[in-house]
Amino acid sequence: MIKPQARLLQGNEAIVYGALAAGCNFFAGYPITPSSEIMELMSRELPIRGDVFIQMEDEIASLGACIGASLAGRKAMTATSGPGFSLMQENFGYACMAEVPVVVVNVMRAGPSTGMPTNVAQGDVQQARWGTHGDHPSIVLCPSTVAECYELTVTAFNHAERFRTPVVLLSDEMVAHTREKVVLPNPEDVEVIDRRRPTVPPDWYVPYKADGSLIPQLADLGDGYRYHVTGLTHDERGFPTRRLDEVPQFYTRLFAKISRQFHYLENVKDYHLDDCELLIIAYGCSARSARAAVRLGRERGMKIGLLQLLSLWPFPRRPVSEALDGKIAALVPELNLGQVRREVLRVNDGRTTVIGLNKLDGTMITPEEILTRLRMMK
Amino acid sequence: MSIPSTQMVVYEWLRHDKKFPHVWCPGCGLGILLGALVRALAGSGLTKDQVVLVSGIGCAGRLPVYVDVGSIHTTHGRALTFATGIKLSKPELTVVVVMGDGDAMAIGGNHLIHAARRNLDLVAIVVNNQTFGMTGGQFSPTTPMGAKATTALYGHIEPEFDISAVCTTAGASFVARSTVYHVDRLERLLLQAIHKQGFSVVEVMSPCFTNFGRQNLMASHVVMMKQLKKQGIPVERWQKMNESQRKDSFPLGVLVDRDLPTYLESYREVCKKAAKLRSEGKI
Repeated sequence: MIKPQARLLQGNEAIVYGALAAGCNFFAGYPITPSSEIMELMSRELPIRGDVFIQMEDEIASLGACIGASLAGRKAMTATSGPGFSLMQENFGYACMAEVPVVVVNVMRAGPSTGMPTNVAQGDVQQARWGTHGDHPSIVLCPSTVAECYELTVTAFNHAERFRTPVVLLSDEMVAHTREKVVLPNPEDVEVIDRRRPTVPPDWYVPYKADGSLIPQLADLGDGYRYHVTGLTHDERGFPTRRLDEVPQFYTRLFAKISRQFHYLENVKDYHLDDCELLIIAYGCSARSARAAVRLGRERGMKIGLLQLLSLWPFPRRPVSEALDGKIAALVPELNLGQVRREVLRVNDGRTTVIGLNKLDGTMITPEEILTRLRMMK
Repeated sequence: MSIPSTQMVVYEWLRHDKKFPHVWCPGCGLGILLGALVRALAGSGLTKDQVVLVSGIGCAGRLPVYVDVGSIHTTHGRALTFATGIKLSKPELTVVVVMGDGDAMAIGGNHLIHAARRNLDLVAIVVNNQTFGMTGGQFSPTTPMGAKATTALYGHIEPEFDISAVCTTAGASFVARSTVYHVDRLERLLLQAIHKQGFSVVEVMSPCFTNFGRQNLMASHVVMMKQLKKQGIPVERWQKMNESQRKDSFPLGVLVDRDLPTYLESYREVCKKAAKLRSEGKI
């Protein structure tokens, strides 16, 4: 069993232990580097507990099986990388539409297409937001250390269960394969949120009728609540509808159940923001370089600070906006051509200079590269 | 097995709060299948809470919504993957999957062969109307060579899939075929499939007059039903026929019924082994 002791783990392994602590009892996946260690460790751990592990025929099937399992009451997860994440988008939209809790781990590698297997990249940020067709809300979390892999996986399950929606954990090759010392908490000490299940008699259950939380209660298949689930726009009973007095209300609730809790979903960490003049906004593996850059820069007398984004979507507008206030300039280092910088620019709205530091060669941005860029800004 | 009256079956197994009429065209075979399926379920001894119906996209995908069980209308071709997740999560449920030929053999072909190979205890009903009906009569993997389709105006040039043969080769425990004309046989085969351990496939030949028949100069859906009556030969008789007699016809009945290890049986063994190794501190 997992005891609260220091362990040497890689990011992918920490995701598995986080998932198990959050109550994950179903995993379906398909091999793809750099995420395969997640599936391999799941295939070892879940059968021991009598829970379900299955390797499916592709990533489409993997997410399909997870959605089915979740409707049957399980806490389900799948893990993949770029090409597989692209294949999952159709069923991801289904989970949004039918409001099925599920966790999808995407360990980013350089794309598009097969790209550079398997060098590090952060090119899937906007895909994680907009990948499936049609308007839909998204919750996306992004770890930068092994410890954060564990913590954010627990958070991902909790958000999925609480909001009845698919949640993406956006890791990357560097975080996935880095080994670090971590102290895992006792599983009993981990705060775990479960979906709300109906308590009313089956005759009274209206599957998509929400109370003030805007999040309907979800019954397990086979528990006596016989209801319909569909990817079509549906009424409160779950039946297909195109009525003008039902469809807009449905979409409004789908967004509002998440947008009204933006504040709850914001997750950032700040380093030396109090007296900083030059701000770095970073996430994932680039936040590791940014932390080192802050430390080195401070030693050299530069007033640098870092705002690390752990939740990427909904975009944490408020903390980003507050951090931008009064800064000379802000730098967004990322392993893509500016997918988060464009969001920062929208929040910034012309207040300060926002520039990027972008790389697509499959290697990390170094702390020195960040410092060099910041010196040019000053 | 006693067959309950139609009214009692309809009252018990169809949803009272679902707005009828159904979506299917006049002359479609899906209503007949719906009837046969609920009669088979009613005769199976299962309660409504023990059954889950899963479907993909297309005309056949609209079937589960009318039945008063847990019903999941999934994405195109992916019904078997959702069903796999449900069955593994709650093995005590009877999971019945309804797909069309495009759903099961085109976009979902990979899932069908792997589900058959895995031999998980699911019932897969594949409604074969030889066309993509809902999208307007494009050719499907089971459209006969030479037939017309809205994407084969000059005649279809690809050979067709034999759904039952594919599932047999892939490793299904039970494979059967009927038509919606042979409705009593269909009902019996569905009941057998429900009770069979392992992956069970029932291929149901069904007419689509609106989008296949009209393009191929068939006078009416009645003509198409008569054609099914003529083409469907009981497998016992089919086996005694020679190649020339078999032309333009297909066998009906149980094509394969074999006992193979099912996925769940094997997985339970894996769990026992894993737990033992952990308790001994070996993993």
